[in-house]
Amino acid sequence: MAQTDIVSPPAKAARSGPDWVWHAENIGSPVLFTLGLFLVWEVGCRLFNVPESILPTASATLAALWEFRVVIFDNMIVTLWTTLLGFALAIVIGLLLGVAVGWHRAVYSAVYPALIAFNSIPKVAVVPILILWFGLGTVPAILTAFLISFFPIVVNVATGLATVEPELEDVLRALGAKKLVVMTKVGIPRSLPHFFGSLKVAITLAFIGAVVAETSGASKGLGKLMLDAQAAFQVPIVFAALLVLSVLGILLYAITALIEQRFTGWAHRSQNH
Amino acid sequence: MTLLHTESSLYQSNDATAKLAAVDPSRAGQAATDFVEISDVTLSYGGDEGVTAVEDLTMSVRKGEFAAVVGPSGCGKSTLMKLTTGLVIPQKGRIAVDGKPVTGPLDIVGMAFQNPSLLPWRRTLDNIMLPLEIVSPHAQRLRKHKAEYVARAEAMLDLVGLGGFGANYPWQLSGGMQQRANLCRALIHEPGLLMLDEPFGALDAFTREELWGVIRDLHQRKKFTVVLVTHDLREAVYLADRVFVMSARPGRVVLEREIGFERPRPIDLTYTGEFNDVVHELREKIAEARADTPPIG
Ligand SMILES: Nc1ncnc2c1ncn2[C@@H]1O[C@H](COP(=O)(O)OP(=O)(O)OP(=O)(O)O)[C@@H](O)[C@H]1O
Ligand SMILES: [Mg+2]
Repeated sequence: MAQTDIVSPPAKAARSGPDWVWHAENIGSPVLFTLGLFLVWEVGCRLFNVPESILPTASATLAALWEFRVVIFDNMIVTLWTTLLGFALAIVIGLLLGVAVGWHRAVYSAVYPALIAFNSIPKVAVVPILILWFGLGTVPAILTAFLISFFPIVVNVATGLATVEPELEDVLRALGAKKLVVMTKVGIPRSLPHFFGSLKVAITLAFIGAVVAETSGASKGLGKLMLDAQAAFQVPIVFAALLVLSVLGILLYAITALIEQRFTGWAHRSQNH
Repeated sequence: MTLLHTESSLYQSNDATAKLAAVDPSRAGQAATDFVEISDVTLSYGGDEGVTAVEDLTMSVRKGEFAAVVGPSGCGKSTLMKLTTGLVIPQKGRIAVDGKPVTGPLDIVGMAFQNPSLLPWRRTLDNIMLPLEIVSPHAQRLRKHKAEYVARAEAMLDLVGLGGFGANYPWQLSGGMQQRANLCRALIHEPGLLMLDEPFGALDAFTREELWGVIRDLHQRKKFTVVLVTHDLREAVYLADRVFVMSARPGRVVLEREIGFERPRPIDLTYTGEFNDVVHELREKIAEARADTPPIG
């Protein structure tokens, strides 16, 4: 077996063993595992004669996915769009708020507990209010996605900025550096890993927020589709939509994780020394 | 040969000081070249009712001198550093560096602390060039004269025994190497005054002695003025021309002691009897001085 480091995959050149070994391990195994899951699902359903209204077989779900691909795709685009809009809003507002809070240590210590307290309110409970205010449509879903996902960004950015080592700040300020210079040279690069780390959490939350809002009342989206299909006892469609949701969720997470790795490799390397 | 010189202290009222006070004629004419002058400085954190960190602190450091400051924990040594570099402004008293009153941060100062605090996303070379991006005129010239500055930084690394490590990231360096890089960063803009706050505190005894040699040679070569805060009396006696002893908080100078060992000082000096005599003497005086200090605050 090739000795591939699982914790931090080494650069391509440093890999031991030929390329196909690496591919077999890092791509082959997860694919095989997933196929295995589908197999268990299929065989289990047939073996125990599970009725379709409770859990349709994997093949029936995939068939439904193919049959209703247009509807599912349309709704997926809506959900994706909602998620991304909410996420973008969360990044902008989260960054602004985070920088404002993290700029001064005093502001940070004053605001941080309130932020954490606010963050623990279940934002899903706000969805009915949003629907009341903005009506059935994409707006409540976008706002839910935003509300649920911007706190991690604020907290992480603020923490990254506010925890600049006082000694380092002194070294720079003693040279005549203004706060802005300290922030651009140290604070902001330092908080980038926190920021990108929070994006991973935020994108997942935004996605959850969007779907939950859709299921509690929307005109379109995968959540709404699932709700409708469930009402019509079209259980295979519910599971087909669920399948699409999980793939989408994984993709969104993977993309943000990739971006994180690309920009903040130093933070991972400097931690495990 | 007289190894020990003592100089009159400003604390004539203090018994411990008075015993040591003896004017050294060879130093008498040098008062005019004081590089750092701190007179009657009082600083309280958090306003007048807050913690008084230093009170009526008076001390001066000559140009090119290597001064060491020792004292109990929390007595205001780091505060003294911040005062001298203009990071905090005293409520009372006067501070001047190079003849000019300190009213804000000074760029003729380089600082290094116990924690090397290098930036992990920058290579060592870029780390030590950080001050050049801030201090004028280098900040304006850096982009156009990059090669010249890189050469300077590399020469600096060579000087502290880090030649060839410029391309490494800080986490690829040992603690002692990081501290060397930290010294480089403090010195890269050729400051006239180097402020060191327990820079060797976290190192093992061997590495510490190595770095004593590094800072000793740098000082010998570049002739800057040094103020070194330390907990280690042997370190103070080995490196410094003069040791200042501070009282418990609120801090003030209760004793100053001229260290007359000839330079360059080999590290073997620290194992000689005369050296240990000075360390012991200082330790006793500190104990006395601390006992004399009335419990204020
Ligand atoms: N930013 C601050 N705000 C409030 N009080 C402070 C601040 N910095 C220091 N102090 C207080 O001032 C006093 C002197 O602190 P200082 O850091 O100068 O001590 P020190 O001599 O450097 O101690 P040590 O040897 O432990 O490093 C301490 O009692 C400390 O509590
Ligand atoms: Mg200190």
